[in-house]
This record gives sequence, structure tokens and C-alpha cells, in this order.
Amino acid sequence: MRHLGIGWSRFVERHPVPVFTLPSVVAVALLMAFPVGYTLYMSVHSWYASSVTSPHFVGLENFRRAFVEDDRFRNALWLTVYFTALATALQLVLGVSLALVLNRPFRGKGLVRSIFLLPMVATPVAIALVWMMMYNPTLGVMNYLVGLVGLGPYRWVSNAAIVVPALAVVDTWEWTPLITLITLAGLATLPIEPYESALIDGASATQMFWRITLPLLRPTIMVALLFRAIDCLKTFDIIYVMTQGGPGFASETLNVYTFQVGLFYFHIGYASSLLVILFALVLGVSLLLIKVRRGAW
Amino acid sequence: MLSVSGRGRDRVNPWTYVLLVVLLIPFLFPLAWMFLSSLKTQVQNTAYPPVWVFAPTLGNYREVFQKNPFFTFTLNSLVVAMGSTGLALLLGLPGAYAIARFKRTGIALAILTARMAPGIGYLIPWFILFTKAKMIDTYTALILTHLIVALPLVLWVMIGFFEDVPGDLIEASRIDGCSHFAAFLRIALPLAKPGIVATGILAFIFSWNNFLFSLIIAGYKTRTLPIAVYSFLSYEEINWGGLTAAATVITLPVLLLALFVQKHIVRGLTLGAMKG
Repeated sequence: MRHLGIGWSRFVERHPVPVFTLPSVVAVALLMAFPVGYTLYMSVHSWYASSVTSPHFVGLENFRRAFVEDDRFRNALWLTVYFTALATALQLVLGVSLALVLNRPFRGKGLVRSIFLLPMVATPVAIALVWMMMYNPTLGVMNYLVGLVGLGPYRWVSNAAIVVPALAVVDTWEWTPLITLITLAGLATLPIEPYESALIDGASATQMFWRITLPLLRPTIMVALLFRAIDCLKTFDIIYVMTQGGPGFASETLNVYTFQVGLFYFHIGYASSLLVILFALVLGVSLLLIKVRRGAW
Repeated sequence: MLSVSGRGRDRVNPWTYVLLVVLLIPFLFPLAWMFLSSLKTQVQNTAYPPVWVFAPTLGNYREVFQKNPFFTFTLNSLVVAMGSTGLALLLGLPGAYAIARFKRTGIALAILTARMAPGIGYLIPWFILFTKAKMIDTYTALILTHLIVALPLVLWVMIGFFEDVPGDLIEASRIDGCSHFAAFLRIALPLAKPGIVATGILAFIFSWNNFLFSLIIAGYKTRTLPIAVYSFLSYEEINWGGLTAAATVITLPVLLLALFVQKHIVRGLTLGAMKG
């Protein structure tokens, strides 16, 4: 027994990396590699979890069906891109502008920072619930507030025409602070010299912003933006709680549609192929992210 | 204009504060509205135009706890969040240490991919497996699925914290005859303790807030708070007082915890890519 103990500690001394990383690598492999393998396998099969027959191989039929026959899929794909583009654009513009304002000297920066954390960490189901209440077409406070400036009333998330922007507003409320905090951190590390020479050369504040601040901040902002894009593509909680993809299919993004196909209709094969498509989309953005982090941009 | 870093000695413009209040109100408003609504009666909540000044009541909170097994839901959330956080730390800390100390970024990148995949991709296979194993509606199944979020988080965020531990100290302990394991246990872990606490709190928050996995894996016995609130929503759609009281009860612990780790929140949300 003692001998075994010594042999073990000698093994750890010789191979620290495999031994230390073993628990997490095994856990990741079990928890994550199994589902990925299973999804890939199922994506080329047809199988309902509710049926007694076993999966049968259909090749790329699921993918053909999605792109060629399934209007609901194409709608979902478009909505995913639309929601992601709208939400990230809003967050980028608002987040960076806010950071520039907050970068001025004032007291109480800590307090502002604390306030900004709240939307990001609050439980998404609670957030969705409050926004549903605020968006209520007849009693909601949002119609009252926009009414004060002579707009509305709107039916917000119950109107198919504006449900996606209305949801993008919620996501923007939740995540603009992240862009702001990241940009603020970036601003704090900017060198002072370029500004000094620009001042000597008589540059205006606007020129300095566009020619110095923005180019220097670009890598930081790009990483923040891509992180948001990745998560927007996968947004689930807010959409599912507030609209369940409705009215009709007007806010059914790919993630929500896949959820319905897999866990409501139990069509596991088809849901798996939709997942492969969604993951390909996310992976595309992730690869951009890795490229940016390596400073290739 | 030279206050690029915001640390200049420029005099504070009083208008800045007016601007700040205007800009910050939208970020506070929904949470404030949630809290205010939870203190209103049903009549006040369905008044239009909305009531701004009113005599607060705690009736909604009393009702939430009396009408529903809310303590059970809270306990379920606690068990799952603490279970998955504890397990993620136990499995992830040695890994993060080794990746940071021996610079194995390849392993780290592989784990990052796991974070990028959509949650449903993990959920469907696990749902099928847990159904076959009759493990739906068990703590074990919930903790394992929440671990999918917690483990990559612990690994990635802790790599950053372990990188901050001075290598010299580890070297010195090695020269003094410490084994790799002893160096990890006696030097690295204590030095990284603030980071471990922050990471643990973050993992806890993520699990506490989790909706998707719990929606499918939790049943009646193990129902967590977000699912409980979601199920109130389906058949109590217009009882805004009760709903917002429940929402406040869920959100408050998370908001308080977040204030403790505010320096590290951005790091956690971007998986250590940004220090913010």
C-alpha cells in the first residue's frame, strides 16, 4: 500500500499536467463530448424520441429538408440573424457612447459600476417577467412612458411586426453595461502621448476621438462585440419566457425553434441537424473572435 | 480634454451629474419597477396610468410564501447551485492551475469551444440519457447539467487568477522539496483564494439563474426558483404583485452576491478574456 502511494506521487512528479488536468478533461469529455458526438450522429438520422423504432440513417436529408422545404426553419434563421444584428448594433453604439460619458471625471464611479452590474446578473426569468409586465399593451408602463412624448400605444411583444425589436431592447438593456465596462477598461489603458501631440498639432476633440481613441479601442470593442454576437445567436431565456417564439412564429429564433422540434415534438434527428447549423453559425463568429484576440485585426 | 483616463484633475462639471442620472435611470428602472410592483396591491398594479405614489404592502410576499412551497424551491436552487459550484471547483481548480503554470493553452481552447456551443445541444442528449436512466427530476441530473456551465467558467476564469500567482514562490517551494501537489495545495490555492471565492460566486450565480437546463431536467420534486416563477406565469398571468414579489425574492440574493465580486464580474462574463 505504501509502495503504491510512493509510486503514485512519483508519477505525479513526472507528469503533473496530465494528472492535474485529468479531472476536468474527463468531466468535459463526459459532459460535453458525449452530447456533441450524439448530436452529430443524430443529425444524419431520423428518430422521434416518442417512437419505439430505432433511429434510421437518412444521410443529409435533414439538412436538405431544412434549407429546401422548411419555411419555419428559414424564418428562424433569418430572425436569428436579424435579432443578433439589431441587438449587437444597439449595444455597441449605446455601450461605447456611455463609456465615453462615464470616462469623464466625476465622483461615485463605484456606484455607477454597481448599477451597471445589476441588469447583467439579474435572473433572466425575472427580467423577462418585468419586461412583459412593462410591455403589457393595455396596462403597461412602457405605453404610458412613450405616450408622454406622444408615441404609441404599441402592442410590443404581441405585435408580430415589432416583436423582434422589442426583444432586442430587452437584450440591449441587459447587456449594454458589459460593452460599457469593457470599453471603460480599454479607455483606462490608453496612452496619453498621442493626445498630447494631437493637441500640439491643433486637433479638435472630434478629430481626436475618430483618429486616436476609436482606432486604439478597436481590438477591445471587437472582442466585446463578438462575445455579444455569440450569445445573441443563442438567446433563449428572454425570448422563450416572453413570447415562446410568437406571436405565430414572429420571434421564433433558431434556438427556440430547435427547442420546440427537439423537446416538444421529440423529433431528435431533425433537431440535431438544426443544432449543427446553429453551432456552425456560432463557430463562425467564434473563429473571428479567436482571430481578433490574436491581434490579426 | 486631456482627461483620457478619467483620472485627471479637471474640475467636475455639475452638468455631468445631471447627465449621469438621465443615462442611468433606464438601467435601474425595470428592477425598481419590479420592486415597486411587488409592494402594490392588485388594484394599484392594474391602474392606468400607473400609480407612482402608494402605501406599500407586504401582502404579495406573504402570499407567495404561503400559497406555494417557495422554501422548497429555494432549497432546490441552493442544493443545485452549491452542488454544481463545489463540484466545478473540485474538478476545475487543479486543471486551471496546471494550464496556467505549464502554459497548456491548447487544452484551454478546447474547453472554450464547449462554452460556445448552444445549451440545447447538451440538453437534448442528456435529456434522452436521463430519461432512460430514470434520473429526470433528481438533484444529480440537475447538478451534472449545471456543471456544463460551471466547469468551463471555473477553468477559464481561474487560469487568469493562477497566472497572477508569482511563479517565484512556486519555484521556491519546489526547491524546498514541495511536490507539485503540495505546491498547488499549500502555495497556489491560498494565494489565489480571492479569485476562488469570486469564481465560486460567479458559478453560483450562473446556476441560480439557469433556466434552460432546469426547465427540462427538473420535475416537481426538484423544481428550482426560475422554473417556479415561470410556471406561476402560465396560470397567474395577471397577478403582477405576486409575480414581481417572487421575481424580487429570486433576484435579490444574486444582486447582493454580485456586489461582492463586482471587480471580477466582467472577467467571469467574458470567460477571463477581459479584465474590465
